[in-house]
Amino acid sequence: MSEEQIKNLEKQFEERIARDEKIEPKDWMPEKYRQTHIRQMSQHAHSEIVGMLPEGNWITRAPSLRRKVALLAKVQDEAGHGLYLYSATETLGISRDELYEQLHTGKAKYSSIFNYPTLTWADMGAIGWLVDGAAIINQVPLCSTSYGPYARAMIRVCKEESFHQRQGYEIMIKLANGTPEQKEMAQDALNRWWWPSLMMLGPTDAESIHTEQSMKWKLKRKSNDELRQQFIDQTVPQADLIGLTIPDPNLKWNEERQSYDFGEIDWDEFWQVVKGHGPMNKERMKARVGAWERGEWVRDAAMAYAEKQQDRKEKQVV
Amino acid sequence: MKENLYNYILQIADNSLILGQRMGELCGHGPSLETDIACTNISLDLFGQVRSYYQYAAKIAADGRTEDDIAMLRKERDYLNILLVEQPNTDFGYTMARQFLFDVYHLLFLKELEKSKDLILSAIATKSIKEVTYHQRFSSDWIKRLGDGTEESHERIQNAINDLWTYTDELFRLSEVDEEMLEEGVAVDISKLKNGYYQKVSDVLEEATLTVPESKYFQKGGKQGIHTEHMGYLLADLQYMQRAYPNMEW
Amino acid sequence: MATKNWPLWEVFVRSKNGLEHRHFGSLHAADAEMALENARDVYTRRNEGVSIWVVESKYITASNPEHNGELFEPAQDKVYRHPTFYDLPDEVKHM
Repeated sequence: MSEEQIKNLEKQFEERIARDEKIEPKDWMPEKYRQTHIRQMSQHAHSEIVGMLPEGNWITRAPSLRRKVALLAKVQDEAGHGLYLYSATETLGISRDELYEQLHTGKAKYSSIFNYPTLTWADMGAIGWLVDGAAIINQVPLCSTSYGPYARAMIRVCKEESFHQRQGYEIMIKLANGTPEQKEMAQDALNRWWWPSLMMLGPTDAESIHTEQSMKWKLKRKSNDELRQQFIDQTVPQADLIGLTIPDPNLKWNEERQSYDFGEIDWDEFWQVVKGHGPMNKERMKARVGAWERGEWVRDAAMAYAEKQQDRKEKQVV
Repeated sequence: MKENLYNYILQIADNSLILGQRMGELCGHGPSLETDIACTNISLDLFGQVRSYYQYAAKIAADGRTEDDIAMLRKERDYLNILLVEQPNTDFGYTMARQFLFDVYHLLFLKELEKSKDLILSAIATKSIKEVTYHQRFSSDWIKRLGDGTEESHERIQNAINDLWTYTDELFRLSEVDEEMLEEGVAVDISKLKNGYYQKVSDVLEEATLTVPESKYFQKGGKQGIHTEHMGYLLADLQYMQRAYPNMEW
Repeated sequence: MATKNWPLWEVFVRSKNGLEHRHFGSLHAADAEMALENARDVYTRRNEGVSIWVVESKYITASNPEHNGELFEPAQDKVYRHPTFYDLPDEVKHM
């Protein structure tokens, strides 16, 4: 194809997206569109399965049977969501094994929030309430993103996730209304998860590199800073309601903006964790790689068995 | 309170609790995403059963204890599960072997429990049969895949079956509670399940090209509360919150 | 790296009797039986289905969007295939 032809195709392509048409797997697409989508979608998928670990850490220790089944079901949903997203990414011509390879070698990123440790039961509440809360703000706009398989996966994810945040907030309510010890546990969890949750919505607009292109392709609808403000404005009253204090002395209602002003985020910490030096980066990767390697003989066995069965079937036919 | 009935319920429920706990440990660490999801489903089914049983037990105990108190606040010696279900997830082979050896028993057991004079136990059995039928299908399929898969998988699953075999005989040994409740028409005569059990297990193992162990040496004690060393650690996790923060609601 | 990866399967679920099977998504499985079981565990955990089909993705032949012109556009002007093409007197309310 000549350069001009490609330019022409690209122009038509951008026009289709602008008209709100969906792009489907076999449609022509600019290479950059494909690569950007592989990167963002797989990052999203990786976040789901790495995200299973901090919460999975508390499954065996959940304080009641009701909480235990809810947590199990939630972590299982995350596996399901990872699976939907990997499948959607595979439509772009990359295999799940290649995507795992990228994760395991550190080439691919996942949400940094999961590199923080879960130290008490209240962390299950804080993660559901804050982390899932921030995730939903990120995810809802993706239900109408331009790439069909991604949008469809996100619709299913968002539908299923609606219980996750409630599950977390309910844990917090119970703790906040509990004994002083429980309340302290809840406050401590909020203190530790608040700032990482704000960071989760991404670097400030000034430092964000992909935003403009992503807006055009509907991978993003609002800027990181707008999303962060939305998250803060919706979460602060929820904390007030259950008598917990947001750990930010500069947090103040701004009558003029009809929004909360808030303190400075520690971006050095953010970049440190992104670059692989958070409290749990190494452990998380070790857990993922370990599960994959320990599972190799199992996966091989299943393939070998399937092939033998196939052979037997063919021989019977002959 | 009807102590025998209470203990009989625990005997049944504790199996599902401890096995559910073991399966729950794997969530997020399975050999593939799909298998992970499947194992979690089994765990969720078991915990669902557990809650029905303990809620019933709490009603019978009528001493103010809740399902959670019963599940999480007993001493190790008061847990009445069989030894098989507390064995650790040494590898996926052990996990599937344990599941399979229990599922075959569990299904036979529930089909008899459905006929119990106790209508609540019978109703729980009816609901559980569907779930456990699927568990048995799932674990049997994996026994075949691993047995008739690669050389390595064959060896691993054979080892797991051999090691866990020693805990199978206990499944059919009547405890005092079993005998008392049998007389009242509530309990299942588990000794009668034995032949059907070993027949079914052998059929699957043979199809999986595995050898049926011939060992005649068996371990027992779970139903009397005498467990293996693994049990204490499992309970330490299970009970952690209830022990560290007593008398609180979650 | 495993010698061979589990192939990809497409999953179709009938949500309730009376409805057609609809494409729900895909998954990896070593054989058809496993694909069915996994599909059950992954795609019907919230009671979404009463029947499942699975087919290995490589057996699906898809039309090429580049041929959309010749494949689908010729049908656009065949308006006589639609009931609204035909004029009826207003008195005839339902037909």
